Amino acid sequence: MAGYYNTEKSVPFKIGLFCMLAILLLLTGCNGGDEQWHTKDISGLLPPLVFTLTSANRGTVVHAEDYRGKILLMYFGYMHCPDVCPMTLSRLQNAVSQLGKGAEQMRILFVSVDPQRDSLQELAQYTQAFGRQVIGLRGSQETLQELTRRYRVTYGYDKPDADGNYNVSHSSAVYTFDRQGRARLLIRDKDPLSAIVHDLEQLLGEEG
Amino acid sequence: MPSVVTLITPWEFSPTALVTSLGGAILYWRGMRQRRRENRRTGFLPALSFYLGLFLMYAVMQTYIDYLSQHMFWVHRLQHLVLHHLGPFLVVLATPHKVLGRGIPVKWRQQFLLPTWYSWPVRKTYRFLQNPVVAPALFVGLIYLWLIPEVHFEAMLSETRYKIMNWSMLIDGLLFWWLMVDPRPPSGPITLHYSMRIVILWVVMILQIVIGAYIALSEKVLYDVYSVCGRAWPISPITDQTIGGLTTWIPAAMMSVIGILLVIRLWMRKSAENDQESVSVADSKQV
Repeated sequence: MAGYYNTEKSVPFKIGLFCMLAILLLLTGCNGGDEQWHTKDISGLLPPLVFTLTSANRGTVVHAEDYRGKILLMYFGYMHCPDVCPMTLSRLQNAVSQLGKGAEQMRILFVSVDPQRDSLQELAQYTQAFGRQVIGLRGSQETLQELTRRYRVTYGYDKPDADGNYNVSHSSAVYTFDRQGRARLLIRDKDPLSAIVHDLEQLLGEEG
Repeated sequence: MPSVVTLITPWEFSPTALVTSLGGAILYWRGMRQRRRENRRTGFLPALSFYLGLFLMYAVMQTYIDYLSQHMFWVHRLQHLVLHHLGPFLVVLATPHKVLGRGIPVKWRQQFLLPTWYSWPVRKTYRFLQNPVVAPALFVGLIYLWLIPEVHFEAMLSETRYKIMNWSMLIDGLLFWWLMVDPRPPSGPITLHYSMRIVILWVVMILQIVIGAYIALSEKVLYDVYSVCGRAWPISPITDQTIGGLTTWIPAAMMSVIGILLVIRLWMRKSAENDQESVSVADSKQV
């Protein structure tokens, strides 16, 4: 037994346990205020919104700063997407329409991750079918990769079938930015509509 | 298929990773050269082990593997297997401190490095971390901590937390495996007795089997961040999770087995030396 050098196991153990608990507490985030969020709070985890893309609705190049003062719901999808994208968009539009006057301060940004097939014109028609607040955005692969990397999402293409159709893998989450362009919430597809409405109302109620 | 350039360029460039890897490689090389001048050979196997470990750790952090690790659970588990187990193990197996020390210019070593190393805050911290209770608790604790679904989710989303996660695994890996394979006899104040090392390796093995099996056999998706952020290629979330769990379970446990075999070898060698000593002492007494 002469080789063991510790005589008191309990003290270092307690300190170690304390440190681990402290780290745990630090990580699980006590950086928020008193606000309770029903979707995923991501304050401080991701950088503020920056992009330069072409707006299908205006037909011109737009920047993230152009939307300061609005609450943004950003979603990565593609027009040929069979179910998830239209479902998400209509769910978001549904939530926004329940906000009454607040809806004017919301924008849903649909960023196409399939710019090869999604032309600006078609993208404009597609997004307007969901509602006035929905804006289709398109960009080159380079700008898309920069944006998706910034938000740690990825997308990829399947091999085209005989008719040239292919699937696109993309993120299922909606990134929510406040009026200052800070990343605040992540809406996952398992979040119920009531949770989305609750959180958007709370965001709208914030100063700014 | 990504191009070769994409494969070998960092996904998120980290100056720290580049400087420490390159610095380590250069210091070791300088150390070998210095020792050769002093007519001491370093040995091919230790050098190979050191450079291989260093290379593996750099590769999983600063190549396309890092991108895949962020978008595929099982690749992430593989990345941590290298950062927490294989890489540090290979590096410390080379017992590189003497070579690295010779590689540092004498002035720096005398004026800065040694005084810092022997200063009491550094010593105290090191001894605390290398305590036979704290070291395994930290080793397994970090694995469990970063695999708590909420913690994991945020670590994968935030670049800062992701870096903290990976560096904590790497640094703790070096500390833990050095404590296990330290070839110095366990009579000193900071080397553990062989039996103690075997117990520690066994305990961490069991705890890793528990979490690995739990993940591998779980029927519901525990880590949804990969669905949220998109997977690198289409694979069912459950398959991804099962492979990831198996990676946490089997190769990680095997590393403990290898560690135990190594400790037994050190132990046998030491007792053989002791026997020889006692024989020679007995001989001298007879004369």
